[in-house]
Amino acid sequence: MNESAELAVDVRDAVKRYGTFTALLKISLGIRDNEFFTLLGPSGCGKTTLLRMIAGFESVTEGAIYLYGDEIEMLPPNKRPVNTVFQNYALFPHMSVLDNVGFGLEMKGSSKADARKRAGEMLELVQLTQFANRKPSQLSGGQQQRVALARALAPAPKVLLLDEPLSALDMKLRKAMQIELKHIQRETGITFIFVTHDQEEALTMSDRIAVMSAGEMQQLGEPRDIYEHPRNMFVADFIGDTNLLEVSVGEITNGRVLCQIGGANALTCDAVEGVDTGAQVHLSVRPERLTLSDTTMSSESLKGTIVENIFIGTDINTIVDLEGGPQFTVRTSNSDRGNKRIIEPGSPAFVNMETGAARLLVD
Amino acid sequence: MAGGAPSGGSSASDTYAPTRHWLLAPSWFVLGFFTLAPILIMLVYSFLTKEFRGGVIWEPTLAAYDQFFFDRGLFGDADPTLQWTYISIFWRSIWQAGVATILSLLIGFPTAYFIATRPEKSRALWVFLITIPYWVNLLIRTVSMKFLMRDEGPLNDFLMNIGLIDAPLHMINTNFAVQMGLFYSYLPFMVLPIYASVERYNFTMSEAAADLYASKFQTLRRIVLPAVKPGVIAGCILVFVPSLGAFLAPDLLGGAKNFMIGSLIEEQFKGNAGNWPFGAAASMILLTMVMTILLVFAGQQRRAGQDT
Amino acid sequence: MSAFNDVKTYTGFRFITLLCVFILYAPLLVVTVYSFNASTSITVWEGLSLRWYVDVFVGPESAKFKQAAVNSFSIAFIAATIATAIATAAATAIVRGGLFRARGVSLGLITLPIMVPEIVLAVATLIFFNSIGFDRGFMTILVAHIAFCIPFAYLPIQARMQGIEDTYEHAAMDLYATKWQAFRRILMPLMMPGIISGFLLAFIVSLDDFIITNFVKGAGIETLPTAIFGSVKQGLKPNIMAISTMLLGLSVVMVTISYFVSKSDNTK
Repeated sequence: MNESAELAVDVRDAVKRYGTFTALLKISLGIRDNEFFTLLGPSGCGKTTLLRMIAGFESVTEGAIYLYGDEIEMLPPNKRPVNTVFQNYALFPHMSVLDNVGFGLEMKGSSKADARKRAGEMLELVQLTQFANRKPSQLSGGQQQRVALARALAPAPKVLLLDEPLSALDMKLRKAMQIELKHIQRETGITFIFVTHDQEEALTMSDRIAVMSAGEMQQLGEPRDIYEHPRNMFVADFIGDTNLLEVSVGEITNGRVLCQIGGANALTCDAVEGVDTGAQVHLSVRPERLTLSDTTMSSESLKGTIVENIFIGTDINTIVDLEGGPQFTVRTSNSDRGNKRIIEPGSPAFVNMETGAARLLVD
Repeated sequence: MAGGAPSGGSSASDTYAPTRHWLLAPSWFVLGFFTLAPILIMLVYSFLTKEFRGGVIWEPTLAAYDQFFFDRGLFGDADPTLQWTYISIFWRSIWQAGVATILSLLIGFPTAYFIATRPEKSRALWVFLITIPYWVNLLIRTVSMKFLMRDEGPLNDFLMNIGLIDAPLHMINTNFAVQMGLFYSYLPFMVLPIYASVERYNFTMSEAAADLYASKFQTLRRIVLPAVKPGVIAGCILVFVPSLGAFLAPDLLGGAKNFMIGSLIEEQFKGNAGNWPFGAAASMILLTMVMTILLVFAGQQRRAGQDT
Repeated sequence: MSAFNDVKTYTGFRFITLLCVFILYAPLLVVTVYSFNASTSITVWEGLSLRWYVDVFVGPESAKFKQAAVNSFSIAFIAATIATAIATAAATAIVRGGLFRARGVSLGLITLPIMVPEIVLAVATLIFFNSIGFDRGFMTILVAHIAFCIPFAYLPIQARMQGIEDTYEHAAMDLYATKWQAFRRILMPLMMPGIISGFLLAFIVSLDDFIITNFVKGAGIETLPTAIFGSVKQGLKPNIMAISTMLLGLSVVMVTISYFVSKSDNTK
C-alpha cells in the first residue's frame, strides 16, 4: 500500500536555497486528508517559503512534494489543483466581487454564466451575497478577506493554502474569522494548510501544528501535545509562557528521572527521549501549573522571595525570585480562591509544581 | 507634455497665501501676453483676408475656413461641396500619428513592463537609459534617422552586406519613413507613463491569477492590462498628440509626397506664396482637435477618480 | 527564459526592451561614428578623422555656426534663468498658497504651452508679433522662449516642493523667522534640486527648439537648430554630423547632471 496516497500533501526532504542563503533545511512532513494543518513560527522561519513551494511560486532546490500521490514540485502554479488565500487578499480591483470569485472557474474553462452561478453559491457560504456586484475597494477588510476565501474555494481545490490571512484584521474580527474558517473547513472537508506566527491562533484552530524556526521543523503534533510536552527550548518558549530551570540529569529509573538543581534541591519528572544521565539541560514548567505557599509543602518545593504580583484580568502573575536560581512566574486564576493566596512582595514563599508539570527539554 | 494636469499638491498648505497674487503675477503676465493672447489673435486672424506677400488685411471673411473645407479655387465660384484636398491632409496626419502610436505601444509596453520588473536598483538606470535620447535635440534625432535610412545610407549598406537584400530598400520619403520618424521621436513618452503604472501594480495579483489557473497570457490580458490602463492611455496620448502636429519628421523624412498638417501650416507662412489666414485656420482646427482629445481624457480621469 | 514558477516575467519582453534601446540609440551612434569619417562623402567610410570637427570651428561655414551657437546659448541661458525664477514664484503660490479660486486656472495657464501643439504656438506667436508690429529678431525669439520654458521649469519645481513637508517652514517661523526668511533659508535650499532640474530642463528645451524659433526669428538671425536645419535642407554634409555629435554630447552631460542632482535628496 502506497502510504503517500493517503496523505494530502507529502513533503519529502525539501530544501530551499537562495544563492548562499538557506531558507529551508530539509523539511519532511505529511499532511493528512481533511486536516486543518498549521505551520507556526516567527517571521523568517521559512513557513511562508514552504507554503509558496506547495503553491508553486517557489521552486524546490532539493526534495519533492506530492499531492495525493502525484508529484507536483516541477509544475507551474496554474497547473496545481491547490488554491491560495493571500495575506493582502490580492483581489482584482477592476472586477466585481462575483467575477473575482468566479475567476478560477473561468480560467479552468467554465463559461462566464456557469462561473457566476457557482460564485454565487460560494458567496452564500461566506454570507456576502448582497455584495456580489460591488468592487473590492468598496468592502471592509473583513469582507475582502471572506471574498478572498470564497475565490480560493470556488474551484474546489484539493488543498487550500492560507498565508496569514487574518493578520490584517482587528482582534475581535480575527477571533470571529477563526471560528468561521474552522467551520468552513469542517463543512467542505478540504484540507487546509494555514500559516501564522500567532501561537494562540494556531492552538485554537489546528488539528495538528508544525512549529518551525530558522528553516527547520522543531516539533509536529496536536496542539495540546505540543503545549504540554514541548520538545525543546524554542517550542517551550514560543508557545505560551514558560519557566526554565537549568538541571543536571541524574538517575533514570522506570521512566522517572532525578534532576539536580543547583546545590540541594532535586526534582523528579518524566523521562524524555534523547536526554540521558549526566546531561545539562533545561526544565520547562508552565506558570499555571505552579502554586505558591508560605510554607514548604514537600521536598520538591522551591524556596524564593516574592517580587511582584501583576493583575492581568483573568489571572494574577506572581514573579518570584528563586533562591540561587532564576525568576519564576506563577500564574494563579483571579478567582476567590486564588485571591486568598496572595502573598505580599518581599515575603518569602515556596513554589510548588503540580505532578507531571515539569518537562525536560532536549536542548 | 504632462499626462493629465498636475494636481498642485494635496494638502492645502497656505504658508505664502498673502503674497500669492504677487507670486503668480509674472507667470500670468508672460503667459497671458505671449501664449494666450497670441492664440486668441490667431483665432481672429483666421477670419481675416490674406495679404499677397504674407500678413493680413484687416477685413473679416470666412475665406480661410471656406478654402479648407470646400477649396473653391482662385475665384471661388464652384459649389460648396466638401473637398478632400486639405481634409485629406488632416486625415493622413491622423493616420500617420495613429500608426506611430500603435508602433510605440507594441514596443513600448513590453519595454516598460520589463523595466518595472527589474530589481529596484537597476530600474533607475534603465529609465535613465530610455530617457537620454529624448533630451537629444529632436532635429538631430530626425536628421540621424534621415541619414540612417537613405538609399546610400548605413542601414541599406548593412542589409546588403549581410546579404538580406540585393538593391537598396527605398525607405526615405515614404510613409514608412515618417511613421518611423514619429515613432522614434516620441517612444520614451510611451514607455515612461506605462512604467509608472506597472511599478505601482501589485504583483501578488498575478500570483493570484496563476493560482486560479490562468495562463500567463490570460493574466496579462485580464489582470495586468486593466490595472495599468491609465498609464497606457496617457502614453498613447503623449505620442499621438505631438505626432499629429509634427513638422520635422514629415518634412525631413517624408518629402513632398507626405504632406502632413505641420508641413501644410508651415508652408502658409513661408515666403510670398503664403496664406496667413488659411494657416491660422488650419492651426485653429488642429488646436481644436487636440483640445478635444485632452478634455475627453481629463474627463475620463476625473470620472475614474470618482469611482474609487 | 523565465522559471516555471515565475509569474512576473514574460518571454520576449527582454528582447523587445533591448530592441527598443537599440532603436533609440542606433541612429545617434551611427551619426557619432560617421562624424569621425575621414572621407568628404558621407556615404563612403574612409577611416577615422577629426577633420569635420575642425571644419565646424574653422571651415567655410564656421562663422555662421559660431554666431548661431552664441545666439542659442545666450538665449537658452537668459530664457532658462528668467523662466525658472517665474516658475519658482508660481510654484510657491500654487503649492504653498492655499486653495483659491484662480489656482486651477493658473495651473492651466502655466501648463498651456505644453498642451498646445508646438506648431500652433509658433504660428500664434508669429501672428502676435506681426499684429503689434514688433520686428522679428533676437528679442522675439527670447520672449517666445521664456514663455514656453516656464512650464518645463515649473514641473520639476512643483514636484519637489510638494515632497517637502511644510513643517520645516512652520518650525522656522515658530523660531521667529519671517515668511521671506523661511522661504529663503529653509524652503529654497531644500528645493534646490528641483530648481536646478527645472533650470536644466528649460535650458535644454530652449537650446533644442526649432519650430517656434524658426517661425519668429525673421531672416537675419540663426540659432543652432535653425542653422542646422537650413544646412540639412541643402544636403547632408559631414560637418552636420560633427555638430550633431557635439550637441548630443552636451545633452547627455546635462541629463546626467540633472539625474545626479535629483538623486541628492537630503530630506529623506
